[in-house]
Amino acid sequence: MSADLPDVRQTRLDNYVDRYAARTKGMTASEIRALFSVASRPEVVSLAGGMPNIAGLPLDVVGSAVRDLVIDHGATAMQYGSGQGDPGLREQICDVMRIEGIDAHPDDVVITVGSQQAVDLVTRVFCDPGDVVICEAPSYVGALGVFRAYQCEVVHVAMDDDGIQPEALEQAISAVRAAGKKIKFFYTIPNFHNPAGISLSAERRQKVLEICQKADLLVLEDNPYGLLGFDGDPMRALRADDREGVIYLGSFSKTFAPGFRVGWVAAPHAVREKLVLAQESATLCPPVFSQLAISSYLSRHDWMGQVKQFREMYRERRDAMLAALTDKMPAATTWTKPGGGFYVWLTLPDGLDAKAMLPRAVTARVAYVPGTAFFADGFGSQCMRLSYCHPTPERITEGVARLSAVINEELELRQTFGPLPAGHGHDYDAPGPELS
Amino acid sequence: MSDLGRVLVLAGGLSHERDVSLRSGRRVAEALRSVGVEVEQRDVDASLVDRLRNDPPNAVFPVLHGVTGEDGALRQVLDLYGVPYVGADAAACRTAFDKPVASTMVGSAGLHTPPSIVLGHDTFRELGAAALMEAVVQQIGLPLVVKPARGGSALGASIVRAVEDLPSAMVNSYAYGPVALIERYIVGTEVAVTVVDTGDGPRPLPAVEIQPDSGFYDYEARYTAGATQFIVPARLGPAVAAACADAAITAHRALGLRDLSRSDLVVDAEGVPWFLEVNVAPGMTETSLVPLAAEAAGIELGVLCRDLLAAAAAR
Repeated sequence: MSADLPDVRQTRLDNYVDRYAARTKGMTASEIRALFSVASRPEVVSLAGGMPNIAGLPLDVVGSAVRDLVIDHGATAMQYGSGQGDPGLREQICDVMRIEGIDAHPDDVVITVGSQQAVDLVTRVFCDPGDVVICEAPSYVGALGVFRAYQCEVVHVAMDDDGIQPEALEQAISAVRAAGKKIKFFYTIPNFHNPAGISLSAERRQKVLEICQKADLLVLEDNPYGLLGFDGDPMRALRADDREGVIYLGSFSKTFAPGFRVGWVAAPHAVREKLVLAQESATLCPPVFSQLAISSYLSRHDWMGQVKQFREMYRERRDAMLAALTDKMPAATTWTKPGGGFYVWLTLPDGLDAKAMLPRAVTARVAYVPGTAFFADGFGSQCMRLSYCHPTPERITEGVARLSAVINEELELRQTFGPLPAGHGHDYDAPGPELS
Repeated sequence: MSDLGRVLVLAGGLSHERDVSLRSGRRVAEALRSVGVEVEQRDVDASLVDRLRNDPPNAVFPVLHGVTGEDGALRQVLDLYGVPYVGADAAACRTAFDKPVASTMVGSAGLHTPPSIVLGHDTFRELGAAALMEAVVQQIGLPLVVKPARGGSALGASIVRAVEDLPSAMVNSYAYGPVALIERYIVGTEVAVTVVDTGDGPRPLPAVEIQPDSGFYDYEARYTAGATQFIVPARLGPAVAAACADAAITAHRALGLRDLSRSDLVVDAEGVPWFLEVNVAPGMTETSLVPLAAEAAGIELGVLCRDLLAAAAAR
């Protein structure tokens, strides 16, 4: 072969390929993520998305509130605002947090662009590359993405039906510190965990707080689902029992609507000061229009009544999913029984790989998120997250039936080829937020 | 505006390659608009038949990858409604989309094709996997490639370099379809040759040489900008370049294709092109090969797509 032809063009189709930051290393195309494009089609029962089902919202009330906001306070609502967020809404947020036992002052609160940005700001303020964040195993994919972006090392700690295992947490803290690494915080979703669907028991809450206090370890409590429990009163927040040792993250995305992108962080004074400055450098201020719209909704509408309606709707869907799983799943398949929130965490029979199986599931017109998306260390291939928040109960039943058939086919295939090594995760194996 | 009238770009569908198809469709639609063609891009869903029946476009540019789009099914529907479209007809698609069948036909036309075996997962289940896999490795040799018999974008495809990796590769392929093609891995320079025919006979565009950083042109290497080095025209001597062009034209003709195809080839150390597979609805995304080849030939993508539509509409 020779290279004597003229006008040879060499290209990578990316003029900046040598200039990206090291943190973009894993930002590559994922064939798993691409499959979620099919899941958006109506023929597919999507048990993959985490989109709240807001069909029941009183749009006339919201519309009226937004209309009045523009007419009566438009010049304020469409102007820059405080980096810390609107004072009136921060007062209302304190009322919301009081439901879970938190006694906070509006000055303790910083409003953020969804609680996702709160995770980002807290990580930005605390973490240098190489710092360790302890997370449950599994953990929220969006938070793992933030920790990856700041080049943190994630150490997962096992959970059981009562939440994170305290002994395992203690061991992890000791092991990481013995290795000479800095742990910056313990990130936890104590209520109706995404993706595990389980809650940290009341007894464990005290134990976990004691461990973290003793280890002088900050807790980052992410609580988007706390008011969406199906039975009894909301659990007491970790922050309610430790103002200085716990940073609390809240959100209106599940109790009202995610499109406004309003969440918040309640933090000790010194941390809050830094979060405000970090917020100003990130966005100048959280969206004023959204904040005032939510403030108006909270004050003009029986928002807790609406949350109750949401709970009943999600309970019906949860019941449909659990009944279908009991009815259809092959032996040796196990799953969690969530008392609230959106998700069931399913563990496949030994030898099956949820990620490898997803193309077959998509062919059968059902979709889920493979468990590897919820681990920073490549584990989770035997598990999957099933969400029941969006499809109707009938569609959930149909989706689980399709999934059961897919698992049976996969079992047969695995029996043919024998045990195989577990698959590995890709950094972007989860769908985007727009998937229902 | 062009005199093509209203053109429909079909993209999306329900195949595993939906995401790629949507991106290809957007690029084709934009390219056509840039040369004054009136374009609508739409998905393939239950409302398509009504549209074809009640408000048919003047021509269709199908940019659907994978099942339905490339297996001839959609094109059969377009034929039913008498709507002209770019690309091979349904019968040719059925042949070309099935890699083992296409390989056999192209081999009969004189091209080199890798030695291969085609096995469905039912066969393994019924006859036992261990002995069969041993026989496969003995016959084909290592390294080998396992891929679904039908499908594209390297979904479900693996290179097997050690015998213990074969079961995983088989399972990976069967996740995308019930039949797998197992073929010898041909070491050499990977090139793609696009064939276009805008009414005056099929002609090759310059070969595009593909050098993925990872060594395997898989999904990630195909659709992550920056992950693969493309060299166009491929660094082949004139005789080898001509042989590659001839191979693509031969495959295009042997399979009864028309308008547009892309043949994927490997040129071995002796300069012999080996035919791997052909695409009847090749990718048109920002990282795809056909737009690169058109650019190297000095043809604006919009002009190429417009001329292909004009040829289709004139049939």
